[in-house]
Amino acid sequence: MSEARSEQRGLRVRGLRVSTSAGVPVVDGVDLSVPGGTVLGLVGESGSGKTTVGTALLGGTRRGLEIVGGSVLLEGTDLVTLSETELRGWRGSRVTYVPQDPTTALDPAMRVGNQVREVLDCHDYGSGPHDRARRVSEAFEEVGLPTDDAFTRRYPHQLSGGQQQRVCIAVAFATWPALVVLDEPTTGLDVTTQALVLDTVRRLTRQHGCAALYISHDLAVVSAISDEVAVLYAGSVVEQAATDELVRRPRHPYTSRLVAAVPDLSGDRELKGIPGGAPSPSTRPSGCRFAPRCELVVPECTTELPELRLVADGHHARCIRSADVTPAHVRERRRIDEIDSAPLLSIHGLTARYGRTPVLHGLSLDVPRGTCVALLGESGSGKTTLARTIAGLHTDAEGELHFGGNRLPFGAHQRDRETRASIAYIFQNPYSSLNPRRTVGDSIGRPLRVLRGVRGAELERRVGDMLERVYLSAAYAQRYPDQLSGGERQRVAVARALISEPTLLVCDEITSALDVSVQANLVGLIEKFRQDLGLTLLFVTHDIALVRNVAQQVAVLQEGAIVEDASTEQLFHHPSHDYTKELLKTTPRLVS
Amino acid sequence: MSLGRLVGRRLLVGALILFIVSVLVFTASLFLPGDAARAVLGRTASPDRLAALRSQMHLDDPPLQRYLSWAGDLVTGDLGDSVVSQTPVVELIAQRSVNSLLLMALAALIATPVALLLGTWSALRRDQLADHLTSLATLVLASLPEFVVGIGLLFVFSTGLLRWFPAVVDQTQGVLVQPEVLVLPVATLVLAVSPYITRMMRATMLEVLDSDFVHQARLNGVPERQVLWRHALPNSIGPVAQVVALQLAWLAGGIVLVEFLFDYPGIGEGVVDAVTNRDIPTLQALVMLVAAFYVVVNLLADVVGVLTNPRLRTAGS
Repeated sequence: MSEARSEQRGLRVRGLRVSTSAGVPVVDGVDLSVPGGTVLGLVGESGSGKTTVGTALLGGTRRGLEIVGGSVLLEGTDLVTLSETELRGWRGSRVTYVPQDPTTALDPAMRVGNQVREVLDCHDYGSGPHDRARRVSEAFEEVGLPTDDAFTRRYPHQLSGGQQQRVCIAVAFATWPALVVLDEPTTGLDVTTQALVLDTVRRLTRQHGCAALYISHDLAVVSAISDEVAVLYAGSVVEQAATDELVRRPRHPYTSRLVAAVPDLSGDRELKGIPGGAPSPSTRPSGCRFAPRCELVVPECTTELPELRLVADGHHARCIRSADVTPAHVRERRRIDEIDSAPLLSIHGLTARYGRTPVLHGLSLDVPRGTCVALLGESGSGKTTLARTIAGLHTDAEGELHFGGNRLPFGAHQRDRETRASIAYIFQNPYSSLNPRRTVGDSIGRPLRVLRGVRGAELERRVGDMLERVYLSAAYAQRYPDQLSGGERQRVAVARALISEPTLLVCDEITSALDVSVQANLVGLIEKFRQDLGLTLLFVTHDIALVRNVAQQVAVLQEGAIVEDASTEQLFHHPSHDYTKELLKTTPRLVS
Repeated sequence: MSLGRLVGRRLLVGALILFIVSVLVFTASLFLPGDAARAVLGRTASPDRLAALRSQMHLDDPPLQRYLSWAGDLVTGDLGDSVVSQTPVVELIAQRSVNSLLLMALAALIATPVALLLGTWSALRRDQLADHLTSLATLVLASLPEFVVGIGLLFVFSTGLLRWFPAVVDQTQGVLVQPEVLVLPVATLVLAVSPYITRMMRATMLEVLDSDFVHQARLNGVPERQVLWRHALPNSIGPVAQVVALQLAWLAGGIVLVEFLFDYPGIGEGVVDAVTNRDIPTLQALVMLVAAFYVVVNLLADVVGVLTNPRLRTAGS
C-alpha cells in the first residue's frame, strides 16, 4: 500500500471540544492523527474524557453533552459537520465502534450471524444478498470464529465472552471501515482471551489498512497493541509518541507517574501511586491541569495552559518542564522476604458448593503469619468463593479450616466474637459495600461497637485515628459515601476492616474497580499495614502483574483447584504448571 | 427446558389448581344459606316434599361422597342440571360463554395492540408533552373502577349527552344481530385494562431503548425504525406479555360487573343470577369455567415469554 493512500485513509482530529449543555468543557481541544493501518492507543483514567472522545469520532455524544468545536476528518470529510441522516450512512460503514461489554452490546434476541448481516444490509454492502452472505462468513473467519450455520445461527448467550467480543469485532470490520474505535474491548475478558482479541484487532487493522483508536485505562494493554499512544488527562492530550518511546522516555510528569503506577510483571520497577485525584470537569484548575499533583511544578505552570509541542522526533508533550521529566524509577529487583513463620490459617480438603454444583474441589492451603498470600485466578475459578468461605460468608462447604491453631467453624455466626474481630474482609466494589445511609464514621465505628463494645468519645477518637492512618482526615467521619471518590471509599473500607485490629485481612479484588494510580496507592497502604502491624493478608486477584508487586506467596486457582502454590520468587522464575506459564506469557507487559 | 416440557408441566400444575378450586367451590357452596331443594320448591314447600327432594338430589349424602360424584361428572363433561330451570347447565351456560368470550376477545384484540403502541409511542417521546399526557391519562383511568368508567360511558353515549348506543341488551335476541350493544361494554373493558399494559410497555421500552445493544445498533448506522422493530420491540414483548396475561385473566372476573351494568347475557351476569337463585350447579360450573380461563391465559403468557426469549427457548438444546 502506498504511503499516500494510507495517509488518506487515516484519521485527523483537530481541536475537538465537547461540553455539557451547561457549557462545562469535558473534552478540551483534542488533536489526534492516526495513519491507516496503525493503532493509536488512547490512555486515560476515569473522568479523563476518553469515552467521550471515542463516541465523538462517530459524530455522537452521550445524553447531555454536545460537540461544540473542532473537526474529525476521515476520507476528506469532516464528520462533525454532517447531519444525523448523513452520519447514519457513515456509522457502521466507514467508522465503526467496538463496545466495552459484548454481553450487553449484542442483541440477545438476534442470531449472531444476523447481527453481522444487519450492518451489511443497512449499508447496501456489495452487489446483493449472495455477496453479503459471503461477507458474513468471511467476517467470522477473519476473527477466527467458525463459519458454519450451526455457529452463525447461535444466539449471543450461547457464546463465551471472548467469542461474543469477536462477534462485535466481526461486525466492526465487516464493512471494510476507514476507522475502528475500540472502547476498552477487553476489560471483561481473561488475559488469555484478551491476548487473542488483541491479536485479532492488530491483524485486521493491518489487513484492512484502516485506522484504529484503542481506548483503555490500562497502559500495559495499550502498549501491547498500539503503534502510538496518546495520554489523555482532564480532557486534553498531554503527551503523544510512539509506544516504546512514550513508555521508556516519558516527557510529561503525568505519563511518567502513570507508568510507575502500572504493576510491572518483571518486578523491576517500584509500584508507586499518584497523590491526589484527577479533577472533575467542573473543578479543573487553570493552567496545567496536572500542576496540583505534579512534583516538578513551578509558578508558571499554574498561570497558563501549556501548548502541546514537539519535544523530540514524533514526540509531543504538553509541559513546560518536559526536559526535566525522568523515566519511571527503576530499582533493584524487589527482595521477597523468606517465608519461615508458622501458618495462621490452614485449609485442609475444602470443598464448597452452590446447591449441587461444587465450586471448590478439596483444596488445601497454608497462609503463613505476617505474609501476603495471593490467590490468583480467572473469573469462575472459585477464588471469591474461597475467600468468602474463610470469612464465614459461605457455609455450604466441607473440610477443615484452622485459624491460629483452633478449628474454625464455617458460618460467621458460629464463630466467637474474638475470632470474628480477628478476620476482616474488604469487598471488591467500594460503591456497593458501604451503606449509603450511614456516615463514614458510623460505618467504620460499627465493628468496634459490635465486636469490642467501644462507645462514645473513645469510639469517636479511634475512628478519627483510623481515618488518619488511611490518609483521610478525621473530618471524613461526618461524610456520606456518595461524597467520596472510588479510591477514598476503598480507603474507608480498609479503615473499617482494620479498626477491630484483625490478624487476618481478606482482600477480594479490592482494586479492580479503581484506576491504576489509585490502585498503586491502596496497595502501598495495605503493604504498610502488613509491615507495621504484622498483619496476614489473603489477596484475591486476577492480575498476575499485581501479584508480583504485593505477595510473598502465590496460590494459582483454576476450576476450583489449586494448580500451583509457590513463593512469588519461585513462581515467576520457575513456573511449573502450564496454566501459570500461559498467564505469564499472555499478560501484556509495559515494554515489550 | 424445552417448550414441550414447559407446557406439559404447566398443564399439570393447571390441573392441580383446578382441583383445588373445585374443592373450594364445593366447600363454599356447602355453606351457602338455603339449599337447592328449597330453591326448587319455594318457601311454601312442606317439610315432607323437601325431604323427598333432598334425598332424590342426594343432598343428605356425606359431603365427600357428594363431592366425588360432582367432580366425577365434571371430569366427564356432565355439569348437571340447573335446579331453577331443570335444564342441563351446559345448555344454560353455552350461549352465555360464547357471548362473554366474544366480549373479552374483542376487548383483548383492541386493548392489547392499542396499549402496546401507545406505550411504545409514549416511550419514544420520553419527557415530552405527549408522554406526560399519556402518563396522566393512564394513571387516571387505572385508578377509576370499571363500573365508574361504564356509568360514565353510559351517561355520555347512551342516556345523557349523546344517544348513539343502547344502554342495555335486548335479551330476546342474540347479541350478534344487534352488534351496537357490544360497543359500550367493550369500550369499558378496553379502558379498564389498557392503562396497565400501556404503563408497563412504556417502562419496559424505556429500559430497552437505553440498553447497550440499542446504542450499539445506532452506532452501527441502523435506521431508527429498524432499531425499534428489530431490536427494541422483540426484547420488550416478553416482559409485557406477563402483564397482558394478568389483565386478560382479570377480564374474566371484571366482566361480572360490566355485564351486570349493561344487562349483557354473559357468564358474569349468569354468576349473579345463579347466586340470586341459589342455582348451585350452575354457579359451580361457571366458577370452574373462569378458573380454567385463568389457567389457560397464564399458560399462553408463559409460552409467549419463552418464545420471545432465546435464552429460555434454546435452554436444554
